[in-house]
Parts: sequence; structure tokens; C-alpha cells
Amino acid sequence: MEYLLEALDVTKIFGTLKANDGVTLQVKPGEIHAFLGENGAGKSTLVKMIYGALQPTAGEFRWMGKTVTIASPAAARRLGIGMVFQHFSLFDALSVAENIALAMPGTFDMKKLSGRIARVSKEYGLPLEPTAIVADLSVGERQRIEIVRCLLQEPKLLIMDEPTAVLTPQEADQLFLTLARLAKEGCAVIYISHRLEEVKRLCHNATILRHGKVVANVDPTKETASSLAKLMVGGDIHVVRAARKDGKGDVRLKLDHLKLQADGPFAVELKNVTLDVKAGEVVAIAGVAGNGQSELFDAVSGERALAKDSMLVIDGKPMGHDGVNARRNAGAAFVPEERLGHGAVPGFRLSENVILTRHSSDQKLVKSGMVQKGGAAGVSERVIKEYDVRKGKPDPEARALSGGNLQKFVMGRELDRKPGVLVVNQPTWGVDAGASATIRQAIIDLARQGSAVLVISQDLDEIFEVADRIAVISRGQLSEAFPAGDLSAEKIGLLMAGSHEVREGHHAARA
Amino acid sequence: MRLVLEKRGERSHRMALLSPLIAIALTLITGGIIFALKGLNPFAALYVYFVEPLTTSWSIEQLFIKATPLALIGAGLGVSYLANVWNIGAEGQLTAGAILGSAIPVFFPEMQTLLTLLLMLGLGVIGGMVFAAIPAFLKNRFSANEILTSLMLVYVVQLILDWLVRGPWRDPKGYNFPKTISFSGWQTLPSFEVLPPSMGPLYVNLGAVLAVLVVVALAFMMGRTLKGFELRVQGVAPRAGRFAGFSREKTVWFCFLLSGGLAGLAGICEVMSTVGQLQPGISPGYGFTAIIVAFLGRLNPVGALVAAFALAISYLGGESAQVALGISDKTARVFQGILLFYILACDSLILYRLRITGLGGKVAEGRA
Repeated sequence: MEYLLEALDVTKIFGTLKANDGVTLQVKPGEIHAFLGENGAGKSTLVKMIYGALQPTAGEFRWMGKTVTIASPAAARRLGIGMVFQHFSLFDALSVAENIALAMPGTFDMKKLSGRIARVSKEYGLPLEPTAIVADLSVGERQRIEIVRCLLQEPKLLIMDEPTAVLTPQEADQLFLTLARLAKEGCAVIYISHRLEEVKRLCHNATILRHGKVVANVDPTKETASSLAKLMVGGDIHVVRAARKDGKGDVRLKLDHLKLQADGPFAVELKNVTLDVKAGEVVAIAGVAGNGQSELFDAVSGERALAKDSMLVIDGKPMGHDGVNARRNAGAAFVPEERLGHGAVPGFRLSENVILTRHSSDQKLVKSGMVQKGGAAGVSERVIKEYDVRKGKPDPEARALSGGNLQKFVMGRELDRKPGVLVVNQPTWGVDAGASATIRQAIIDLARQGSAVLVISQDLDEIFEVADRIAVISRGQLSEAFPAGDLSAEKIGLLMAGSHEVREGHHAARA
Repeated sequence: MRLVLEKRGERSHRMALLSPLIAIALTLITGGIIFALKGLNPFAALYVYFVEPLTTSWSIEQLFIKATPLALIGAGLGVSYLANVWNIGAEGQLTAGAILGSAIPVFFPEMQTLLTLLLMLGLGVIGGMVFAAIPAFLKNRFSANEILTSLMLVYVVQLILDWLVRGPWRDPKGYNFPKTISFSGWQTLPSFEVLPPSMGPLYVNLGAVLAVLVVVALAFMMGRTLKGFELRVQGVAPRAGRFAGFSREKTVWFCFLLSGGLAGLAGICEVMSTVGQLQPGISPGYGFTAIIVAFLGRLNPVGALVAAFALAISYLGGESAQVALGISDKTARVFQGILLFYILACDSLILYRLRITGLGGKVAEGRA
């Protein structure tokens, strides 16, 4: 038996879309095999078929040399295939052991299971306390639960879908050690990631997909990040150019001891967030997901009002009590993380989505309470042209656009206003490399024209690409903003893990 | 072989229009089966029910009378439901409007000017609004589920009505019947002749005119104004609504006051025309039937107007079926219930398509 898993000429068709087109893939035992490709290249479809969640339209799978039909995820687990999804399926209110018990087939002895969890987690360098409640754990720890859950079933193949997207650099290093150890023991790993440096470091083999087809099978250690990127995109990527500024402009956005109560049991409380964003600069807020980023966005955008007017100042004017439209009218613009359902209404046409955020600030769109459809269509066309939004119909519903194109539209809708202050949460989340470069360049260009830009992001590569200064948020506390040149990935990692946090009762100097 | 619902990529606009028609067809088939089970000729029975009401000018006049409150309330409820505000208590708001408007003839029986008419209509609207304000307040202040509060308040106001007409507001010369004095002159709605006697004759009252005006106004509001845009956003994407700076609380107030006010208007129009006095049982459940009208009319004001006629036929059909077939006029309610059931069921075809999967074959599960 040479190969553990083979996919031979597998095709998967959804309606008229060929998500996978004659894909062939071979994974050896003990190999860490990377799947690379832009969003929509067909990676998820392929792994879902391997994990039994989808069935191929044509082609076959072989497991240890024998042809198999993987009818369901349960069947996949019986074969010895485990998968760690990007989005965890854990119950916040239950303990680690209880969550794992829920996924185990048959009956079990809770005490024995806790013992096994402790043993396996220690063996593989994934420290976990079986009695801990999931809600109290960090994202990295939650991911460990998912991994341990797979390991308990002694898999021969482990599929990991963008595992490091939610980890600090230190946590990621720890994960790589675990994966390397698993590989050494003979377990194969299918590793999906956008982070090419990571793939170069960790993986033995890489299969690259584009538009549902395999375009290359390479040894990543012999490639460079840019040659891999070129294979993924099928051409050169526009390099984002950012002439750094000296950071001597006027303060256009000021957060002054901003506090916000948590609005649910698992939400984050913002504590004394203080930050100045000056004209001409891009300030980025780094941090692991779920550390108060969305709360901070809500507070800055005005979706949730603040206790004191002075907590948020736009161009010298205290606006903590004002709502989102008053802040827009003062020259600010906002782009939330979630495009569908927050930044745009999925079932509304693009022209209607223009009205969503501009009905108050743009006199041409609403006249004496009446919506000016012509004006909205004009703005929409301008944005589509300027930011190269690709679409199938003249004025499609927002949900008909791909993630990258909708993000370009949602960004363009705000940039088109030439806002004095722009606040963006996860500007290129789930967006392909080409569109990402366009969006990042637009962010920098806006700042260089004299606007203040605040970017909240979990993607360190993106942060280093666009930011002049970087602050880190962890558990609702924001660090000082350091010039980007003074920060290493290691330093950011320590900040992400909370080294700057002020403990209760202490008012020691921040890191 | 298996029947599978498969998610569509986009809303099917064709199905959005076809769904109510399929629902009506299925309702007729089901109704036919029920009649057949009762030993009646299903075709004759369906004829009595749904076609006969359209054959005489008298019954067409009745159709307008019954469609008026349904259109008024259904248009308001449709707007409300579209914004994700679930006012189920229109029947109660209708009653509250009828009560408050009737205070004028009860306390000032001699007042007979145009002002009487306007005051009664105005108080009718206010009565409905005030009563609808209760669930709106409870929703905003305590997050109380408006479906339950608005529904339960229906029974409260109906008991208040009962008490009033049996007690303090009872007509002293009414032989102890539970009713107020009969309304007359400016206390009733004027009628207009729309077709001359040679062609009908056909009279409609002021209520029908008001209903058409309301439908046109609401259609304009929903289609052209920022307010309509705001309500539509709130309905489909509340998070995006908040991002647009629209206040959820204000929307709850707006929808309840609008739909409650229109239900109140429908209530006062009923007592000022068909009923002619305040008494227990001023409405054969218009407030509840209007929920079906709203859905059958695709939560669109103009659609509600069309649907109001469809449901009005079922009321008239129930009455004539009682006479011609000797079955209870409550069958009308059965038909209305079946219709709502089918509409809601057929609406899943807008976002899903039905597919029959092959014999013993594997089931495609679609993209997650």
C-alpha cells in the first residue's frame, strides 16, 4: 500500500457549477499534505467529500488501496478519517470532557474518558483540563478540544481547515509541533491554509487547486511564497505599496477610556480603550478572534451608544452619545466584518444597499423622505466601476455576488464618500488574493489623502501590509499603539496573549 | 424514491406569485374532498361557496362590505409582518376602535354634524392605536413576546365591550337587549352609488373608499419612501437595520400604531355601517382573517386588497352554504384555516425547490 487515500478523477457539480472538475489527489501515510487555492477554488468541496459530508458526482475514492464510498461523516470516522473544522461545534456551557463525550459513539465511562483526554492531550502537547467549561477557554484551547476529540478516535488521516486563522503565532508554533509528531507516527494530515509561509514550513507536499481543477502538485519546501501564490491565482498579484507616513497629522478619531458592558454571558466587556488615529495614517488593531473586536466595532460605529460623550471624539467633536448616522454625517464611515446581513442586506439589490448606509449622509439619495432610485443606481454604478466589482446581472441582489466582489462593493460604497475617518473590521476576511490587494491598496490610498483609518484584523500579514501603527486587543483591553516597524510577530504574539492587560485593582504601566 | 426540498440560489420571483394560487387550488381540492365526505356533490357545493356570491348585485355589494375591513386591517398587518413585528391582536384593536368611536353617539346622541362623523372615525383610529400601544410598550420595555400579548388582549377588550353594552352603555329603550342606541344620520357612514340602477345598482360606503386610499398610501410608503425601506430592512436583516441607524424600538411602535390604528378604523366603520350600533359580536373575526389576507397578499398593500376579496367570498359562501346546503357557516373558518396552512406551506417553494431523487440512489445534500 503506497497511498493511504486517493481521489481519482473526482468531479462534483452543484447546479451548473463544477466545484471540482476531475480532481486527482494522493496522500501517503505520515505525510502533511497542503491544499492551496483561492476562495471558491474547490478545497472545501473536496475535503467535505473525503469526510463524507458530500457525495461526488463522478470519480472514486480509494482508502488503503480499496475503492470506498464514504456515505457519511460517521462512515469517514469509522475508516479513520477525522476533521477539525474552521468553525468549532462546541457547547459553551459544557465542560471539555462533556463536549468530547457527546461526539463519542456508544456508551462511555465519564471518569475513564476524562483520564484518556488528560493523557492524550499531554502526550501530544495539547494541554487541556477535562473539567474546564468551554466558555472560559481561549479560541486556541477550544481548537485543542476539537483536535483531541479526533485523536481519541485514533485517526489515520486528520483534515485541518485553516487551523491557524484563529491562533496567536505562539499557539500556531505549538500546533505545528503536534502535527509534526502525528505525522511521524504515521498519521497523514490534510492541511488547508492561506498562509503560504506556514505551508512551506510544515508541509511535505502541496496540491494547488484553481477553479475546481488541480493545477499543480509541488514540494512546498522547494517553492517560494510568491511562486505558490502565483500558482494559486494564475498570475502576478498586485503588490500593495505603502509609503509610510511620519504620523504628525491632526487626531481625527480619538477613543478616550472607552468602556462598554458585555451584552451577554459570552460577550466581551471593553475596558478603558484609548487610542488616537491621526490624519494620514492607518492604525491596525490585531488580536485573536473573540477578544472584543466586534464589541469595539459596535462602540466606534455607534451601533451601541456609549455612556459618556467624551469616550469617542471625531474631528474634535465628542460623539459618544450619537448614533451611527450622526457619526456618518460627521464624516466617518464604517465597514463591518459580516458582509451579508450586517454590511449589506442579502436580498436587496446593490443600488438599494447603497441607501442602507448613505441615506442620512447623502442628500442626493433621499429627498423629503423619498428614496431617489436613480441617484442610488448612479452611486452603485460608480462604485462597481471604480472598484471592479464583478457581477452577473446589471443590478444583482447582494447575495448573488461572491464574497470578494461583495466586499469590494461594501468597501467601495464607503470609500466613494471620501470619509474623513474610516473604521473597517476584517477588511479582507474570506476574500481572494486579487481582491484583497485592491482593498488594502484602497485603504492606504484613503489614508494618504488625509483620512484617519482604523483597521481591525486578525490577519497579521494584512496588518503588517497596511498599518503604520499597531495596537493589540485581548480580553477587551487595548495595548498602546506601536509603530509597525518596531514590532515583531513574536512581540505581537505576547500582546495577543495578554501581556499588556491591566489586572483588577492594579494600575501598573502597560506593556 | 424520496422527495427532497433543495435550497435555491436566489428567491424565485415566479414562485412568490404562484404560491398563493397553488394554495388556493389546493384549498379548493381539499374543500371538495370534505364536501364529498359529507355526502354532498363537491362541484355543486364549491359552486355555492365560491361562485354564487358573485352572481347577484346584492351579493357583490356584500362582497365590498366584507372586503373593506379585511383590506384595511390586512394592509396594515402586511406592513407590520414585513418589518418582523407580529401583531396578532387586530381583532382586539378593531373592537377597541369601535368602542372609543361609539362614545360620541352614546354620550352625545343629539350631535348630528359632519364633525360627528369625523370625530367618530378619528376616535376609532385612536382607540385601535391606544390598544395596540400596550403590546408595543411591553415588547420594547420588557421584551415580552408581542404575538402572545397582542393575542391575549383581544379577549380582554371583548369582555370590556360585553360589559359596556350590557351595563353603562346599554340603550335605555332597548328592551334590555345588550346593545347601545342605534346610530343614525351623521353617526353612520354615507354611501355612494358606483353603478346606476340599470346596471346594478351598486352602492359602496365611505369605508370602502377609505380602504382604497389607505392601500394606495401604504403602497407608496413601502415602495418609494425611506420609511418603507427602513421597514423592509428591519424585516429581512435586523443587524443591517441597526447598522443603517434604524431604531428597532421605533419600528415596533410604528408598526403597532399603524396596524392598530387601521384595525380601529375598520372597527368603527363596521359599527357605523353594517352593524349600526355597538353590540357584542361586531365582527365575524375580521381581525384574525386579515392575517390570512396579509399573507395571501404577499405582505403587500395592493396584494392585501386583492386577497381581501378572496377571503370576503369565503364569508359570503359560508352564509349561502348555510342556506343552500344546510351546513354550518363555520365551514368558512375551516376554509380560511386550510388556506393559511397551504399558503405558508407553499411559501417554502420560494426558497426551495421540490425534487424527486432516484430509486434507492444517494441523496445529494447540497452545499453546507
